[in-house]
Amino acid sequence: MTALASPAATTTAQPILQTIGLEKRFGGLVATSDVSLSLRPGARHALIGPNGAGKTTFINLLTGVLAPSAGKILLDGTDITTERPHARVRRGLSRTFQINQLFAELTLLETVAIAIAERERKGWSMFRPLAAQTAVIDEAAELLARFRLADVMAKRTAELPYGRQRLLEIALAIAAKPRVLLLDEPAAGVPEDGRREILDIVRGLPASVTVLLIEHDMDLVFSFADRISVLVAGGLLVEGTVAEVSGDPRVRTAYLGEDADG
Amino acid sequence: MLTILFDGVAYGMLLFVLACGLAVTLGLMNFVNLAHGAFAMAGGYLTVVLMGSYGVSFYLCLPLAFLVTALLGAVFERTLYRHLYAKSHLEQVLFSIGLAFMAVSAVDYFMGARQQIVQLPPSLQGRVEILGAGIGVYRLFIIVVCALILIGLQLALTRTRFGSQLRAAVDDGRVARGLGINIGRVFALTFAVGSGLAGLGGALGAELLTLDPTFPLKFMIYFLIVVTVGGTTSITGPFLAALILGIADVAGKYYFPQLGAFIIYAVTVALLLWRPYGLISREGAR
Amino acid sequence: MSAADPAAGAAMSGPAPAAGAAGALLARDSAWKPWEFALWALALAAFFLLPSKLLLLNDIAILALFALSIDLLLGYAGIVSLGHAAFFGFGAYAAGLFAIHVSGDPLLGLVAAGLSAGVLGFATSFLVLRGSDLTRLMITLGVALMLLEAANRFSGLTGGADGLTGVTMAPVLGLFEFDLWGRTSYLYSLGVLFVLFVLARLLVHSPFGLSLRAIKGNRLRASAIGIAPNRRLVAIYTIAALYAGVAGALLAQTTQFVSLDVLSFQRSADGLLVLVIGGAGYLYGGLVGAIAFKLMHEVISGLTAQYWLFWLGLILVILVLVGRDRLLAGPRGLLRAALARLPRRRAP
Repeated sequence: MTALASPAATTTAQPILQTIGLEKRFGGLVATSDVSLSLRPGARHALIGPNGAGKTTFINLLTGVLAPSAGKILLDGTDITTERPHARVRRGLSRTFQINQLFAELTLLETVAIAIAERERKGWSMFRPLAAQTAVIDEAAELLARFRLADVMAKRTAELPYGRQRLLEIALAIAAKPRVLLLDEPAAGVPEDGRREILDIVRGLPASVTVLLIEHDMDLVFSFADRISVLVAGGLLVEGTVAEVSGDPRVRTAYLGEDADG
Repeated sequence: MLTILFDGVAYGMLLFVLACGLAVTLGLMNFVNLAHGAFAMAGGYLTVVLMGSYGVSFYLCLPLAFLVTALLGAVFERTLYRHLYAKSHLEQVLFSIGLAFMAVSAVDYFMGARQQIVQLPPSLQGRVEILGAGIGVYRLFIIVVCALILIGLQLALTRTRFGSQLRAAVDDGRVARGLGINIGRVFALTFAVGSGLAGLGGALGAELLTLDPTFPLKFMIYFLIVVTVGGTTSITGPFLAALILGIADVAGKYYFPQLGAFIIYAVTVALLLWRPYGLISREGAR
Repeated sequence: MSAADPAAGAAMSGPAPAAGAAGALLARDSAWKPWEFALWALALAAFFLLPSKLLLLNDIAILALFALSIDLLLGYAGIVSLGHAAFFGFGAYAAGLFAIHVSGDPLLGLVAAGLSAGVLGFATSFLVLRGSDLTRLMITLGVALMLLEAANRFSGLTGGADGLTGVTMAPVLGLFEFDLWGRTSYLYSLGVLFVLFVLARLLVHSPFGLSLRAIKGNRLRASAIGIAPNRRLVAIYTIAALYAGVAGALLAQTTQFVSLDVLSFQRSADGLLVLVIGGAGYLYGGLVGAIAFKLMHEVISGLTAQYWLFWLGLILVILVLVGRDRLLAGPRGLLRAALARLPRRRAP
C-alpha cells in the first residue's frame, strides 16, 4: 500500500470533488456517459480504462475545457459546472496534460513564476517588474529545485528534452498549490530512464492534495491508488479498492485482459 | 424595389464567382491570399485590351480571361505560393499584400491610373421586363452565367473524382495524402481554377465594377467578407454570404447613399460576431 | 518501498543557484542594457547632428511609436490586426479636433487623443476575441474601413477628402513653439516616444506582460494556470490602441494637418511591415524597423517617386520568402557578437 498516511478525515466528510451524472455528447457520439464520481479529501484515486474510453474527455470536463451536455461538477460542495477553466484553477483545481502543454519560449523560471504570481493575484501588476516579486521568484526557484530542474531554470522550455519538460509540466500544476490535482498520464512519452523520477514525484505528492490519476502503468496505479475507477466507452464500469477492481472479472476482460495480451 | 433586388442578386453572384476561388484556397490550403483580387483585375484588363485593341467579342473574352488567368494562377502557385503554405497567417498576409501592391503598381505603370471603360456588345444593352420590374439584360446575363458556374462547381465537387479528392483534401490533408491523393496537384489545379474564375468574374463584371489599378485593394475587403462570413467548408456558405453582401451593398447605396459602404462593414462585423466561424461551417474549422 | 519525497528537499542534480540568484537572473533580463542607452542617446544626438532632417526624424519617431503599439499586440499578445490604423487615425482626428475646438495645448491634446483611442480600443476589443485568425483579420480590417468611411462621410467635421486644416498648436509646455524646421516637433515626438517606451518596457517585464506571453505561447495552458485570457487581451488591446492614438495625435500636432490616409489600410500595412522588418517581440523592433523603412523610402522615392508601392510590395514578398532571420543572419551575427545579450527576441 502507499507509504502515505491518509488524512484523518471521517468517512462522512464532504467529498472534495464530485461529479453527478456527467455526460458529454458530440453529435451522435457519447463520449462521457452518466459518470458519477466522488473523491474524499486526500484521496489517491486512479482512473483507468482502455484507450478511447474517454478519460481525457472526463478531465477536460472537470477542468472546464469542455462543457458537459448534462450533469454537475462540485468542488468542495460548490457547483463549478459552468465556470471557466481559469476560475476553477482559482478554486484549487489543477491539472497536467497528457501531452506537454508548456510555454516554449518562456524559461522554466518564468513559467513557474507566472503560475505562482497568478495564484498570489499578482498577475495584473503592470508596472513593477516580475523580478521585484522576490517571494514569488524564490518560491519558483525552490519548486524547480525540488523537481531537480534548478540547473536549467534559466533555459527556454523548448531547449529541454521531453522527459525534463514533463517534470516541468507537473511542477507547473503544483505551483498553483491546488487542493485537487488531476494528472493525465504523467509518465506518458517519457523515456524509460525518466519514468522513475516521475513516479517518485507522483508518489511523493503532499498528503493534503487530493489526486486523480489517469494512468496505464499498472505498477504505479496499484502502488499509488487507494481507489480505482474503471472507465469503458465513456461510462463507469466499476469502482472500488485496488483489490476489488483487480479481482473483478469484468475489468479483466474489458481492460486488464487486453493489457495482458497487448 | 424588385429592380434593386435583381441588381443586388447580380452583384452578389458576381462577387461569389470572384471570391469562391479564395474560399476554396483558404479552406484547402489554409492560405490567406489577399492578392486574389489581382487575378480578377487581370481578367478585367485583359478584356479591355482584347476588346479595345483587337476587337475581340465580349463573349469570347470571357473564356479567354478564364484560361489566361488560370494559367497565371498555376504559374504563381508553383513558383511562389507553394513555399508559403507552412508559414504563419501573418506571413501569408504580408506576402499577398506585397504581391497586391506590386500588381497595383505594375498595372498603374502599364495601363495608367484612370478607370477603364468597357463597351458592352449591343445584345447586352437595354432592359427586359421580368415580374413587372425592369432589369438590365447585362445583369440578367451575369446572373445566368454565374448560376451556371455555381451549378457546374457543385456538380464538379460532388460528381467528379477530382471533386471528391478536393473535398477529402479540404477535410483532412494528411489523411488524403495517406490515401494516395496527390495533394500538390490538387492544390495547383484548385488554385488555377480559382484564379481563373476570378479572372472570369473580372471580365464578366468589367462594366459593373470600377476597373482601375486599385481594384485588388478596393475589392479585397469584399472578397474577404464573402469568405469569412460564408465560411470555407462549403460552396453554399460563400454563395449565401455573397448574395447578402451584394443585396446589402446595392440596397444600402440606393436607400442610404450618405452611409455608403459603411453598411457593408457594419453588417459584416455584426455577422461575424453572430457567427465567428462563418454562416455555414463547423465550429473550429478555419 | 518508501518513496523519496521531493518535498523534503532531496538531493539535487547539478549545481543549483541559490534562490536569490534566480531573482538576479530575471532582474538581469529586465535591466537596461548599455546598447539601449546608446540607442536613445543617438536618437537625441540626431537632433544636433542632422538639423536639416528633423522633419524626417519626426516621421520616424511617430512611425516607431505606431509600430511599438503594434508590437504590443502582435509581438506580445499574438494578435494580428490588419486595421490598427483605426486607432492611429482616430487619435489623429481627435487631437486635431481638440486643438481646433477646445485647446491648442499639445500635451492636453495628447492625453485627450490617447484616451479617446483607448476607449475605442476597449469598445472594439471584444470583437477580436472570438473566431479564428481570419475572422480577427477581417474584423480589425472592417472596423478600420468603417472608420475611414465615417471620416469620409462626416466631412463637415473631419474635412473629408480635403483633410482637416486649421490645426494650430500652442507651444509645448508653454515654452517651445512648433517651428517650420521641426525642431520642437522632433524633440516633442521623441520625448513622448521615450516616455511611452519606458512604460511599455515596464509593462512587458511585469507579471502582466509575462502572462500575455504565456497566453500567446499556449493559451490552453495559460488558462490552466489561472489566467483569464480574454480579460488580459482586452487590456493589452486597449493599451495598444491608446499608444497608436498618441502616435496619430503626434502626427496631427506636428504636421498641423490630418488627412484621410491616417485611417487607411496602407497605414496599417506600413506599420506591420515596419515591425516585421525590425522584429516583433523585443520592443525595439518598431524603432529599428522605422529607421530602416524610412531610409528605404527616402532612397527609393528619390529614384522612382511614383512607384514606391511596387518596391514596397517587392520588399514584402522577398522578406517573407527569404525570411527576415535569414536576411539578417549575417549582420545580426556580428551585432550579437559585439553587444551584450539582447532581451527576449522573437520573430513573428
